[in-house]
Amino acid sequence: MKTRIMETDVLIVGGGTAGCFAGITLGKQEDVKVLMVEKANIKRSGCLAAGVNAINAYIIEGQTMQDYINYCKKDAEGIVREDLIQNMSERFNHVTKVLEDLGLVILKDENGKYVTRGKRNIKINGENIKPILAEAVNRQKNVDVINHVNVTDFIVKDGRIQGAYGFDVNHPIFYEFHAKAVLVATGGAAGLYRPNNPGFSRHKMWYCPFNTGAGYAMGILAGAEMTTFEMRFVALRCKDTIAPVGTIAQGVGAKQCNGQGEFYGEKYGMATSQRIYGTVTENREGRGPCYLGTKGISPEQEDALYKAYLNMSPSQTLKWLETGKGPSAYNVEIEGTEPYIVGGHSACGYWVDQKRETTISGLFAAGDVAGGCPLKYVTGAMAEGEIAAEALVDYIKKVNYSPIKEKNGEKKKKEYEDYLTRGKNLLTIEQVEESMQKIMEQYAGGKSTDYRYSENCLILAEKKILKLLETLQFLAAEDMDDLLRIYEIRERLIVCRTVIAHLLARKETRWHIFAENIDYPYKSDQWLKYVNSRLEDGELKIVFRDLVTGGQVYEHKN
Amino acid sequence: MSIKINSNRCVGCGRCIEVCPGNLIKRNIEGKAFMKHEKDCWGCTACIKECVVDAIDFFLGADIGGTGSTLSIQSKGDLNIWKVKDIQGNIQEIVINKKDANKY
Repeated sequence: MKTRIMETDVLIVGGGTAGCFAGITLGKQEDVKVLMVEKANIKRSGCLAAGVNAINAYIIEGQTMQDYINYCKKDAEGIVREDLIQNMSERFNHVTKVLEDLGLVILKDENGKYVTRGKRNIKINGENIKPILAEAVNRQKNVDVINHVNVTDFIVKDGRIQGAYGFDVNHPIFYEFHAKAVLVATGGAAGLYRPNNPGFSRHKMWYCPFNTGAGYAMGILAGAEMTTFEMRFVALRCKDTIAPVGTIAQGVGAKQCNGQGEFYGEKYGMATSQRIYGTVTENREGRGPCYLGTKGISPEQEDALYKAYLNMSPSQTLKWLETGKGPSAYNVEIEGTEPYIVGGHSACGYWVDQKRETTISGLFAAGDVAGGCPLKYVTGAMAEGEIAAEALVDYIKKVNYSPIKEKNGEKKKKEYEDYLTRGKNLLTIEQVEESMQKIMEQYAGGKSTDYRYSENCLILAEKKILKLLETLQFLAAEDMDDLLRIYEIRERLIVCRTVIAHLLARKETRWHIFAENIDYPYKSDQWLKYVNSRLEDGELKIVFRDLVTGGQVYEHKN
Repeated sequence: MSIKINSNRCVGCGRCIEVCPGNLIKRNIEGKAFMKHEKDCWGCTACIKECVVDAIDFFLGADIGGTGSTLSIQSKGDLNIWKVKDIQGNIQEIVINKKDANKY
C-alpha cells in the first residue's frame, strides 16, 4: 500500500446530512482548513440517498420549542438530554431556511407560508436534498472533500484527538490524517440484527445499510463515553419494501388496523415504540396481519402517494404498480423492522456536552452518532452539524497544537496489509456477518423473538460476539473492496458488544420493543437515569449518570 | 431488490460507480459498470438517476413481491419521468415536476 499523509485544521469524518451541514457552516471561516472524508460519494451517501418525504422537525406556528422537548421526552420515556434537545430545536427553522435558500422545494400556501403536516412537519420535494447539500459543500473554497476513503480508527493521544487512519476503498492507499480537531458524523448502525428480508433483498431495510456504526466503533475503541445504547430503534414500516408509513398515515389519514378490521392504535398508545408494540402484540395474539387502512382512498390520493414514494422510497411505488395492488383497493400491510442503533431517532450515541464535544478532547459528534438527543430527523442533524462546526472553530483557535509523528500509522497500515496478503481460507466475510446477525437475532432481542431478551441469553450473546471478534484476524481480503467489508463487520461487532452490555445494564422495560427485557418486564422510576459505558483496558465499564432535565446544562468535568 | 446494468448500453462513464452509496458497482475488464454486490443494494436509485444512457433498471426481488417488472427514470428539465415496465413489456409512466412538493 502507498501512504498518503494529510494535514488539516478540521477533519470531518462522514459526509452525510450532519457532516455536509458542518462543512457548509465551516465554509464561512475561510482561514480554517477543512477536510471531509467520505467512504462513498457525498452526492448521494448516507440516509438521504433516495431523498426524504418531509421536514419532520420544524417548529410550526402555534407550536413552541418546549412542545418539541416535551414530545421527545414523552417518546423516549424521559431518557433524553433536555439541554441538547433545546439547542437543537432552537435551530430547526433556521436550518430549514438555509436549505430552502440552497434550492430545496418547500410547499407554500397563497400567503407564502409553509404548508404543514401534523404538528411538526412541513411538506417538501426532498428527492434531491442530498445533491443540494453536497453541491453547497463543494462550493466552499476552504473545504476539500475526499470521496471513497474509509476511516477506521482515530488517533488519540493523552485524551485528545489527533487525527484518523483510513484507506481508499478502490486503490491500495493508506491514509493518515492529522487534524487539530475532528467531527465524527458517520451515522448510526444498521445490519447488526438479521434483517426483515434475509435473502436476496437483505439490504431493503429502513436505515441506510451502509451506515455500519463506524463512528460508534471508533469512539468505543478510543475510550469515549457512550450513552443509551440499550435504546434500540425499531421502525414501523410497509411490509417487504420497508418503506415509511408516516406518509400514508398522515397523508391520507390511514389508521392501523388488524386482520379483523379493528383499529388498534389507541389501545397501545401513539408513541413510536407503542405503535410497533401494538402491531407485534396483535400479531402474537393471532389478530394479524396488521395494515394501514387505505382501502377506499380516492384515485387522486393514490396518485399523490405514488409520487411521494418515488421521491423518497421508489420501491414502494414499484411494488404497488407491479403487483396491481394499489392502496385505494388494498390496505397496506405493515411490520416492525429489525432493531437499529441510531441516535437520530433514539437517544443512543456519544455522550456529549452542549457543543457536541465528546469525552475525547477535540472530538465532536453530530447527527446519528451523537447521543442524548433523539428525534433529530434531517433538521436536527443539520442543527447539530452547525452547533459542532461553530464549536470546532472556537476549539482550534484555543488549542495548542503540535503535530505529532505517529508511529502507530505503520502499525495500522500493517493491519490492513495483513488482511490483503493473507491467503484465502474457509472463513468468509459473509459467514461472519451471518453469524453476527444470528446471534443478535436469537439471543439479543431480534424480530423473531418479538424483540424480547433475557439476561441469560444476553450473556451468551456477549460471549459469542467476543468470540466472533477474535475470528476477524483470520479473514482475508482479495482487494480493497473486501477490506472495506471486513472493517464494516468489525464496526458492527464492536457496536453489538456495547448494545448487549447496555441491554444487560438496564434492568427494566422502559420502552416496549426497543428494550423488551423479559426478566424485568416493567419500568421503574429508579431507572430514570442514563446508562453510559466506556472501554477501559479492554473492559466495557458501565457508568450511571443522573438525568439532565429542564433548565440544567451538562458540562464535561476534566 | 437490486439493479441490472445493460452492458450493451453502458458507455463506461463510471458515474454510477462514483455515486453508489454502498460502493457496490465496479468496473469490469471491458471498462463497463457491473453490479458486484447484487444483494447489497438499498434501492436508493441514485445510479439510475445518474446514468445518462438509460442503461440501468431497478427491480424488486421475488422475496419482496417482484415479478420481473423494472423501474427506470429519465430527467428532462424540471421533469423526472419514471417508467415501470412489466415482464410483458407494458409501460406505465409517472411524471413528477421537481419543483412540485409532495402533496403528503
